[in-house]
Amino acid sequence: MASTDTLKRSPLHDRHRAAGARLVPFAGWEMPVQYAGIREEHVAVRTGAGVFDVSHMGQIETGGPQAHDLLQRLISNDVRKIPEGGAQYGLLCREDGGILDDVFTYRLAEDHFLTVTNASNHDKDLEWFRRHAAGYDADVNDAIESWAMLAVQGPRARELVGGLTDGRLPPRMHCCQRTVAGVPMLVAGTGYTGEDGVELIVGPDDAPAVWDALTSAGATPAGLGARDTLRLEACFHLYGNDMDEGRDPIEAGLGWACREETGFIGAEAVRAAREAGPAEKLVPFALTGEGIPRPGNPVAGGGVVTSGTLSPCLGIGIGMAYLPAQRARPGETFEIDVRGRTRPAEVREKPLYPPKGKEAA
Amino acid sequence: MAEESYPDDLLYHADHDWARIEGDVATFGITWYAQDQLGEVVFFEPPEAGRSVERGEPYTEVESVKAVSDVIAPLSGEIVESNQALKDGPEAINDDPYGAGWMVKVRLSDPSQRDELMDAAAYRSSLA
Repeated sequence: MASTDTLKRSPLHDRHRAAGARLVPFAGWEMPVQYAGIREEHVAVRTGAGVFDVSHMGQIETGGPQAHDLLQRLISNDVRKIPEGGAQYGLLCREDGGILDDVFTYRLAEDHFLTVTNASNHDKDLEWFRRHAAGYDADVNDAIESWAMLAVQGPRARELVGGLTDGRLPPRMHCCQRTVAGVPMLVAGTGYTGEDGVELIVGPDDAPAVWDALTSAGATPAGLGARDTLRLEACFHLYGNDMDEGRDPIEAGLGWACREETGFIGAEAVRAAREAGPAEKLVPFALTGEGIPRPGNPVAGGGVVTSGTLSPCLGIGIGMAYLPAQRARPGETFEIDVRGRTRPAEVREKPLYPPKGKEAA
Repeated sequence: MAEESYPDDLLYHADHDWARIEGDVATFGITWYAQDQLGEVVFFEPPEAGRSVERGEPYTEVESVKAVSDVIAPLSGEIVESNQALKDGPEAINDDPYGAGWMVKVRLSDPSQRDELMDAAAYRSSLA
């Protein structure tokens, strides 16, 4: 275990302390897991606007005449389809298809890209980028120290950030340079909560002023605890829980983010997996009775829970699990061993929240 | 959520559990510190009466949004009653950890074990 004094601190550390955060070690960083309480913060994001410090996320900048050729080789999705000022979700895979990380890539200019990595994978990703950059006319730069990152999420997020900015905010899956609260930054129409909102990529020295402006304007500070319950209701994968190097994109349900025809590293293995069909498949589920599923809980007849919590919005236990493929269909029922108790569960469609057919108007 | 407190009339176990001893029956619960570490408690299944509990061993579990934690018995004995109200209102463990948030009443099998528990002052200093 890393002791607290070896952990990296966000430039917003003092703000978190002042807001009464509980700080915990997370992927080598000391980050806020909650302020007022996970459920309260969760509801604030579903009904208003919350602000998350996600400065632990890593960034890799790739530039130069062959930057997009390099990224096309590294990333599973079709990078050529990202317009300037666009964003795209993709995976980094090993040759055998094992998932190294899931990343968001922003195209800042024709030959300039910013890839956002998971904190726990950043060093590994950077090494992977650099190792494969040989032979390409492209520069790979570690930008993790250059940027703080704030996610403002919720039905009121755009209105709130819009009131602090000088121009129109980028639409979903787009990004642009804007001045927010007097600070120039990259604003992206992305997030990890299932709500509309923006992510702000800003210099670390300016981050506290931006945080203050957002909270003064009414954004509720929200921690990694609420980020996890929100993403799980929305059925977004968490690297390390729902996929890792031992899983390929097809079994993880991420085949939609893979374009084998681009020839990315791992494309052959992904194509073979897609053709053969997976033995196990990741599915969202809900318990049909009481209890709370947790990662590692075994599924009767084969399979395992990879994420689980009590859904603050639905009031029931929810999660994601790998199930034998023939049982991985919505409506299928199964049983989970939750610390010695048998809990009945049902495969659901994604997202778990809002439930299909019941989206808010 | 309740204010931090460690009442003087209780005895404390190092795993952040309290006992209120009345004759040969003791009431158990978790301390303010324990509930604060857990965060919002969202699930508690009251253990069955008649089950025996062993000092220092888990006798039930309590779940917050984030995680599940064992609850450790501060003394040995047999459960004579458990707090059924926590089934529908587990938040009482946060709101009132020494009152409405009590978990079980236990008929003690070895009342001398109380000598191994801490008083409020000793428990408070163990947290510092």
